[in-house]
Amino acid sequence: MVDLMTPSRRGVLKGGVALGAGLTAGLAAPTVFSSKAWAADYLNAPTGDTVTFGFNVPQTGAYADEGADELRAYQLAVKHLNGEGDGGMLNTMKPLTLKGNGVLGKKVAFVTGDTQTKSDAARASAKRMIEKDGAIMITGGSSSGVAIAVQSLCQEAGVVFMAGLTHSNDTTGKDKRRNGFRHFFNAYMSGAALAPVLKDNYGTDRKAYHLTADYTWGWTQEESIKNSTEALGWETVSAVRTPLGAGDFSQYITPVLNSGADVLILNHYGKDMVNSLTQAVQFGLRDKQVGGKDFAVVVPLYSRLMAQGAGENVKGILGTTNWHWSLQDEGSKAFVKSFGEEYGFPPSQAAHTCYVQALLYADACERAGTFMPCGVVEALEGFEFDGMGNGPTLYRAEDHQCFKQVLVVKGNENPTSQFDLLEVVQEVPVDQVTYDPAIFGGELGECNNGV
Amino acid sequence: MTAIKRETARGDLVRFAAFTVVILTMPLWLVPFGAAYPDLMQKFAIYGLFAIGFNILFGLTGYLSFGHAAFLGVGSYTAVWSFKLLGMNPLPAIGLAILLAGAFAWVIGFVSLRRTGIYFSILTLAFAQMSYNLAYSVLTPITNGETGLRVLNSDPRVLDHMIGAGEVEGSLVATLFGVEMNGLPGFYFCAVWLLIGMFVSFKIFRSPFGLMLQAIKSNQNRLNYTGINTRPYALTAFVISGMYAGLAGALLCVTDPLAGAERMQWTASGEVVLMTILGGAGTLLGPMLGAGIIKYSENIFSAFNEQTLHQIFGVLPDGVEGAVVSVAGLFVGEGWHLTLGLLFMLIVIFLPGGLIEGGRRIAGALSRSRKGGGIDHAHPQAAE
Repeated sequence: MVDLMTPSRRGVLKGGVALGAGLTAGLAAPTVFSSKAWAADYLNAPTGDTVTFGFNVPQTGAYADEGADELRAYQLAVKHLNGEGDGGMLNTMKPLTLKGNGVLGKKVAFVTGDTQTKSDAARASAKRMIEKDGAIMITGGSSSGVAIAVQSLCQEAGVVFMAGLTHSNDTTGKDKRRNGFRHFFNAYMSGAALAPVLKDNYGTDRKAYHLTADYTWGWTQEESIKNSTEALGWETVSAVRTPLGAGDFSQYITPVLNSGADVLILNHYGKDMVNSLTQAVQFGLRDKQVGGKDFAVVVPLYSRLMAQGAGENVKGILGTTNWHWSLQDEGSKAFVKSFGEEYGFPPSQAAHTCYVQALLYADACERAGTFMPCGVVEALEGFEFDGMGNGPTLYRAEDHQCFKQVLVVKGNENPTSQFDLLEVVQEVPVDQVTYDPAIFGGELGECNNGV
Repeated sequence: MTAIKRETARGDLVRFAAFTVVILTMPLWLVPFGAAYPDLMQKFAIYGLFAIGFNILFGLTGYLSFGHAAFLGVGSYTAVWSFKLLGMNPLPAIGLAILLAGAFAWVIGFVSLRRTGIYFSILTLAFAQMSYNLAYSVLTPITNGETGLRVLNSDPRVLDHMIGAGEVEGSLVATLFGVEMNGLPGFYFCAVWLLIGMFVSFKIFRSPFGLMLQAIKSNQNRLNYTGINTRPYALTAFVISGMYAGLAGALLCVTDPLAGAERMQWTASGEVVLMTILGGAGTLLGPMLGAGIIKYSENIFSAFNEQTLHQIFGVLPDGVEGAVVSVAGLFVGEGWHLTLGLLFMLIVIFLPGGLIEGGRRIAGALSRSRKGGGIDHAHPQAAE
């Protein structure tokens, strides 16, 4: 057994040594007390010949695949911004102010952090990047819970937040912030885009059963899909909340069989969707007939990485996605080409939205002529652009949400490669998915420069 | 326990004074380590407090609780609810968090302490996992589930409105007498609580009560045979350490008003065990040291990416540099857990008493060589 008493004496010795070293070092460089003294008129103003971006992505946990792809996209974006590589979407983006020599003459450097898809960890790593590494902007993430937590942190700290993959209405709805921006689409748009296609495929007389991931994104997606399908004349039999990361969904799927429902809507993402869909198929839901109609499964938010996980089971299943690598516009082709050359496989929608966000931010700084958050916010609000893979797009000033076309996709019946898993059914025009910013409430508040 | 006699009250005072100086000068001496930024220093203080409290249970009585994160979570949720209902003053939040975490610990301790050893550990783990799942899904109206509980502008905040500070421009942060509890003020606020916690820990270690707890660790059966009922002592230790955890949880919310269910997950319970063992279970300063090292590696090593490595190893020739970077890359960034695991293995195998024991051995070796290698004053080790 360890002797209980003596160690503290040694601890004191060690403490004394550390203290001595500390005082010496402290006298030499007490920057933490003086750093504010010469601070510019905004937080983390770049002073050298580089400017630092903070990439906060999940490197461990349930969304690690998405996070890894996001980081690849960011590294590619930094290369292109600094004038290396083939330039990617910088060749297709319109209008473009960037000159391909960094941003405002400064080379782009970056720091990375692991969100672990936990609000706590994500805020801690964002704080570290802001307080220690001097990041001027934070971007990334693959969960709405995390995005909302980090967005409010960036608002408090006074840096710009460019959201990564986040699909909850709340991110630019009731939890929107002046310093935060989202390029990705949201649950409302999924519902609005998906409804007409569902009508064409399944008719207007259907009974839907929802299984919903129990957090902000799941709640808002369930609400949006419910609203748009009920507008078609569908009936919602039941909406059941499932804990995130449940793994085994059989206890939730069994009741579906006897509920009288003929459509199962899975408001799940990532590994949850892979598991729940696989188990639904194993339970024979898709071979079932209810009241003379074929049973259908719908996955409102799709991603290629998820389709890869679910394999055979996604065939013919409808959903929406923000972007897909098989799109044939100039921007998408340029991005897929440089991503493919760099990493050897096509990018995911998470990679696309993050890449675009980094470029949009950089371009806004160039246009504003400053990295000052309030200046950048002003440059991004109401900005219209094209050539970034989603057609003409507007960064709406009222809620900092991008408005662009939405893709309705279907699991490919005859995939030609391991990446060719989704087939684009329809590119839904932007008018069909636009809504009044007032419907979700929330306040943008004032922009914050952090001083 | 031959050593007890040598500890004088004066010696403790000196130790505590030194500890105080070290903690309060953290913003200075952490600069060369790249850790002198407020958020990390706050984490040092808060998790230090958490580990010190855990050590009162584990280090003194030997009861290994695998569920202490539950109390951390209870403290956090209580603090945020206090912000929401009462106002952004941290003092009521901390008071309530300590009380509620203590009460919760009493309930869990009352049940769990009927068993010892591994059964006790499993019981606490089960309770903590239950609390986590409750917070995550069933209790969503109270905890806001995965999204995390936050303070909103529309919350009642009765006390704030009474003193006319109800309407806030911008974001809500905990405020004590006009000082916002983030950045350096937030760190010093946590540091003061850490010092209070450390002082109480000193007192408990040196008290007859502390002695009784150590007796439970060395031989509980013998105590029972002599007619002493040990359970009230163990339960008191359990509640005290639960209150420390509640305080730490509240401080997490004081510096950043957000409470998430993941704070209660079993990994968080495991982390505090790691901290305590890494630094030295049953020692006064060990847990603080362990907490510092784990939080430092979590924040600093996990941030290294390939570019940083290339900068570090840039002096090496090209071919060698590539190889070195790709090997080192495994141990930093998302692989920092690997580094931590290796470190933990080394400590447990070679220094079962933690880093404090390492320090003691080095100091022992030094003093031996100075005295010409004569006397080995190693202490007799109790068999367990």
